[in-house]
Amino acid sequence: MTFPGPPDHESHDRFPLSRPLPREGGGEIRESLTRFPYMMVRVQEADFDVGAELAALRRDQPQIGALVSFVGVVRAASDDAGVSEMTLEHYPGMTEKALAAMVSEAGRRWKIIDAIVIHRVGRLLPGDQIVLVAVAGTHRGEAFAACEFLIDYLKTRAPFWKREVTPQGARWVAARASDDQVAERWQD
Amino acid sequence: MMLKILYFASVREQLGQGSEELPLPAGVVDVAGLLGFLAQRGGAWEHLAEIRNLRQAVNQEMVGRDAPIGAEDEVAFFPPVTGG
Repeated sequence: MTFPGPPDHESHDRFPLSRPLPREGGGEIRESLTRFPYMMVRVQEADFDVGAELAALRRDQPQIGALVSFVGVVRAASDDAGVSEMTLEHYPGMTEKALAAMVSEAGRRWKIIDAIVIHRVGRLLPGDQIVLVAVAGTHRGEAFAACEFLIDYLKTRAPFWKREVTPQGARWVAARASDDQVAERWQD
Repeated sequence: MMLKILYFASVREQLGQGSEELPLPAGVVDVAGLLGFLAQRGGAWEHLAEIRNLRQAVNQEMVGRDAPIGAEDEVAFFPPVTGG
């Protein structure tokens, strides 16, 4: 098995977008920005079908031998209170670029074949899916590592903000120091 | 030639404003200078620069307060991110 060369990192901030950003409700970057044949990042209000997304990622890529995915879900309880609903805000344009840059970075660090990130915004209820990160590789080891890296980086670097409603009222979720510590594991 | 400024999440709520456009104020050359200019408005604006862990981006890239600002740039202020 041979792997194509590393992505062109100098082009991160000016890659062509497949459609104009920002778009109302979210946006999508979907093109061969790197060596990835499929590579997609998408921000949307709508729910997503994990099975359909993984099938699309795998399609026509017979070299894939491992597919690792992470799904984040809205918890019914925060640190000290019940959560009845949550609203996710993002920075249209910058969010999609940040996610695409993370996927490129994962491709630089690990021999993975492809990856997708889908993140929802807007109003969400407990049990709702928030985020999907999926990484395809030849073998599981690199795919697991890249998937963990992507969700760790996303939580500390992608511009999303959660506002949750509890019995005590609505509040912006505070960033967790533990998330920063987890993400720091990946520093070079 | 307008500077675009965006405010997100709790920062937007504290300021009561999500975005604005203005000509680059005279003498402002970096993010810190812009924060100083905005503080002159008084009220919540005086406290913008002091928000704990305030993050800033110029043209959709995270930067420090010493990052330069040009007349047509897009600058954003927001709290630490909490997605995922």
